[in-house]
Amino acid sequence: MEAELRGKAHRYGKNVDTDVIIPGKYCNIIDPVELGKHALEGLDPEFSKAVRAGDVIVAETNFGCGSSREVAPIAIKGAGVSAVVAKSFARIFYRNALNIGLPIFESEEAVDGIASGDEVTIEPATGTIRNVTKGTSYRAAAFPPFMQQLIDAGGLQPYVERRLAERA
Amino acid sequence: MGMTLTEKILARHAGLRSVEPGQIINANVDLVLANELSAAVAIGVFRSIKGAHGVFDRERIALVEDHFVPAKDAQSAKLAKLMKDFAEEQKITHFFDVGRGGIEHVVLPEEGLVAPGELIVGGDSHTCTYGAFGAFATGMGSTDIAAAFALGEVWLKVPASIKLVYNGRMGRGVYAKDVMLKTVGTLGIDGATYRAIEYTGTMVDDLSITGRITMANMAIEAGAKNGIFKADAKTIAYVKERTDRAFTVEESDADAVYERTIEIDVDALEPQVAFPHLPENVHPISDATREPLKVDQVFIGSCTNGYIEDLRVVASILKGKRIASNLRVVVNPGSQKVYMQAADEGILSTLVQAGCAVNTPGCGACFGGHMGTLGDGERCVSTTNRNYVGRMGSPKAEVYLASPATCAASALAGRIADPREALELVGA
Ligand code: SF4
Repeated sequence: MEAELRGKAHRYGKNVDTDVIIPGKYCNIIDPVELGKHALEGLDPEFSKAVRAGDVIVAETNFGCGSSREVAPIAIKGAGVSAVVAKSFARIFYRNALNIGLPIFESEEAVDGIASGDEVTIEPATGTIRNVTKGTSYRAAAFPPFMQQLIDAGGLQPYVERRLAERA
Repeated sequence: MGMTLTEKILARHAGLRSVEPGQIINANVDLVLANELSAAVAIGVFRSIKGAHGVFDRERIALVEDHFVPAKDAQSAKLAKLMKDFAEEQKITHFFDVGRGGIEHVVLPEEGLVAPGELIVGGDSHTCTYGAFGAFATGMGSTDIAAAFALGEVWLKVPASIKLVYNGRMGRGVYAKDVMLKTVGTLGIDGATYRAIEYTGTMVDDLSITGRITMANMAIEAGAKNGIFKADAKTIAYVKERTDRAFTVEESDADAVYERTIEIDVDALEPQVAFPHLPENVHPISDATREPLKVDQVFIGSCTNGYIEDLRVVASILKGKRIASNLRVVVNPGSQKVYMQAADEGILSTLVQAGCAVNTPGCGACFGGHMGTLGDGERCVSTTNRNYVGRMGSPKAEVYLASPATCAASALAGRIADPREALELVGA
C-alpha cells in the first residue's frame, strides 16, 4: 500500500454528483490529465487551477452520486488529488474509485474537523487521517474484508487475472 | 427464512441455495452492456488484463452507440470507432451502430436481450431499467465491465431490499413518471443507496411495461443498486414475442425480509415536478404553476420517457396546435423502432407540424451531450431522469423533470403547465 498521502484540503458539501465532477460534454475524453483539467468544473470552476499534487477532497455525504462514468474518479485522480475523504460515497463511485486506485476514506469526524485549506495527511494502511493545521487526528472506517483484499491485491485487475489463471 | 426476488436471482447466479444481505458473491452474468463512452475505457482495461484473450461469450455482450452519435466531433467519432472495431474484432453479435439501435436501455428490451430472472450488468447507471422485466440489473464503471467482459462474472454485495407498495389508481394526467418522481422525493437521492427497491402493489399490477420501465429506470435516482418488479403475464408475453430463450420467473417469498416497507397512495397524487438541481427536489405541479415559470426548451426523450407510449401522449396534446412562440421543443425518440412506429402512426408529422425539432434516436441533450444543450440562464422542462447542476449543459441552466404530458402541456403554454388542463381540451 502507498506511503503517506499529504496535501491541502478542498472542502465541499453533500451530494457532489458526477455531472459536476466531470460534465457530460467532457465524457468523450479518456486521457486522465486532460480530464483532470475539468475536474469539479461544474461545482468549482477554480478547482483545477487551485489544486496541487497530493491535495485531498473533503466532502459531506453521498459523494459521487449520479452516473456510472468512471471518468469521474479518473478526472479527480488526473487533477493530482491523492484521496477523497467523505461522510459517505454513492455506490458506483465507491467501486470505481477503488477499481482505478483513487484512495477514498469514510469518516464523519474527519470531514467535520477539516476546513478548506487545512494541511492533511492520510496513512492509507491504518486509515489514520491527520489535520496537521489543527493538530487533530481521526480514524476512517475500515474497508469490508473483501474490499480490503481487493485493495491489497492492487485493485480489481490483478484479482481478475488470478480468476482467469485459476480457470486456465 | 424466505428470500426476496433480488436475493433469489443473485443466489441462483452464484450457484448458492441462499444468500443474505451484506454477503459478497461471485455471480455469473447473462448479459454485459456498454455504450461508446463506458466501452472506450473498458476496452483499454480489457486489453491490459493478462490472460484475457477474448470476451467470455460474444453473444452475451451488447454494445450500443448512443451518447455522442451521430458523432458530434472528431473525438466522439474516435470513441464510436473504438467500440465498433472492438465489436468487429471480438465478433460481438449484439452491436448497434447509430441508425440501427438507439438508446441502449430502450434497445435491449426491444431486441429480446432482457428476460425475467436474468442478471445483467452495464457500463451505465441506468442499467437498472431492466428490473422492469423481473431481472436483476445494475450499473457499474468501466473497469468492472472490462472484468465482466473477460470473466462473465462479477462480484456483488447482496443488497437489502426496500419494499415499495403502491396502492390505488393514477388519476387523469398522472403517469408512472409522476409516481416515480414522488418516490424519489420520498426516499431522497441517497435513500436507497446500496439497496434493492422492489416495486409492488395494485397500481403496479395495472401498470404497462413502459410505465414499469420508467420506474425501474429511476431507481438509481434514489441511489439504489437495482429496482425490480415481479414478472407477470404482461412481462412474459412481451419477452416471448422477442426471444425464444428459456428464462426463470422468480418471486419474493411470503416471509422474505425487507429492511423497510413504504406505502405510497397514488389515488390523490397530482402530477409531480422535480425542481432544480436535485431529482429529489420534487413538488406537486401546483407549486410550479403558481408563479409562471417561463420555459426556453422542452426536451422529450431519454431511456426514462423516450418510448412510443410517451410520444403518443405528447402527440395527443400537440395535435393540430403550435408550440408557444418563445420556446423550442426537442424530441429524441428512444430507438429506431420507436421512431419507425411514430412515423407509421403519424406522430412524427404531428410533432413537426406543431413546431418540434425531431432528432435521430439517441441520448442527445439528456446528459448535455449535443443536439439541445442548454445555455446560461436557460430553463428546460424535460422528460429525463436527472437535473443536477450542468446536467444538460451550462451550470447556469435550470432543469425541471416531469412527465411527457406535463412537458407537452408546457410546450403549448410557454411555461410549466398542468397537463390535466391540456388533456381536458383534447378530451383525452
Ligand atoms: S438517455 Fe440519458 S440517462 Fe439514458 S442512457 Fe442516455 S444519457 Fe443516460
